[in-house]
Amino acid sequence: MGEVMLKRRHVVNELLRDRDDAVVVCGLGSPTYDVAAVSPSTRNYYLWGAMGGAAMMGLGLALAQPRLHVIVVTGDGEALMGMGALATIGSIKPGNLSIVVLDNEHYGETGMQLSHLGMGVDLCAVAVACGLKQACTVTTEGDLQSLVKKFHHPGAVDFVQVKVDHESPPRVMPTRDAVENKLGFRQALGVVG
Amino acid sequence: MNTDSWQQGVYEAIKQSGIRLIGYVPDAGHAALIDNARRDEDIIDVLMTTEEEGVPLCAGAWLGGMRSLLLMQSSGVGNCVNMLSLQQSGRFPMVIIVTMRGEYAEFNPWQIPMGSTTQAVLELCGFKVERVEQEAQAAETVQAAIDFAYHSNIGVAVLLSQKLIGRKQWVK
Repeated sequence: MGEVMLKRRHVVNELLRDRDDAVVVCGLGSPTYDVAAVSPSTRNYYLWGAMGGAAMMGLGLALAQPRLHVIVVTGDGEALMGMGALATIGSIKPGNLSIVVLDNEHYGETGMQLSHLGMGVDLCAVAVACGLKQACTVTTEGDLQSLVKKFHHPGAVDFVQVKVDHESPPRVMPTRDAVENKLGFRQALGVVG
Repeated sequence: MNTDSWQQGVYEAIKQSGIRLIGYVPDAGHAALIDNARRDEDIIDVLMTTEEEGVPLCAGAWLGGMRSLLLMQSSGVGNCVNMLSLQQSGRFPMVIIVTMRGEYAEFNPWQIPMGSTTQAVLELCGFKVERVEQEAQAAETVQAAIDFAYHSNIGVAVLLSQKLIGRKQWVK
């Protein structure tokens, strides 16, 4: 590429720094560690499994809480496993859901094997074709800063594919207790029942 | 649709139980419920590309305080297996209404393997399972399943038997 590639944790920090009351669903593996490292909050739901489900969990949350910005932060392998969800989300167009794919073109958790996105597949084009019309690809710091300016505006961004290098920063592990995470999250939102 | 049909009774039970979101993959046996959900402005209907999308959909809705329910055919239960670990790990309340295939008067033998294992698969994944054979049981069983799931934070499935749904017309 000839340019310095973006660092995943820097990207997540830039996107979540001004998150206010936004809620975040984290895809398993590195995205969960990244969000836990730079933006820990009871308004985060950390997945340690259910691969392919992060975007749909974001959709359910976005439909239940239409006034909140719902952000899904996930990896390219996780997003590929649930690619059909882009069609489902594109059909619904919730307006308050932003899916951020940290694309290092590799499966980091299993030993850095190449993913389809390193083999010519264009996930952002898939998202656009599925009706996510505010989709974009970010490859440079300039792209990232342009995105940051509008990221939290309602409906401004529905899908972002961010090209990041395949460095793995130190792991920051949030709770693996999915019940504790659920109860704390619901309490933070003040939902009952 | 006949307003006093068992399907209408099931839909009313769903509404009375506070369900606000219904995720589904199209299925002939669920056609009446799907039509109702799509016409109802108070229900969010989510057409999914595969049944496994429904598991995180419902979990996400519950994180946001909304009750939901899934409609699928028995074949779709097989598509959900790993994703159901989210329900079990997080003790998310979850209700699945399953139309059964591969049993009474089945025409298509390809439906038999999954239809024969649907109940066992759900139970292995930690779900409580109720089976409905008669029209008079349908609405009450669905209402009980929703109460059970949302009062006890568990997964509950209601299997609507092929005998209840009726024979599928294969030759048109």
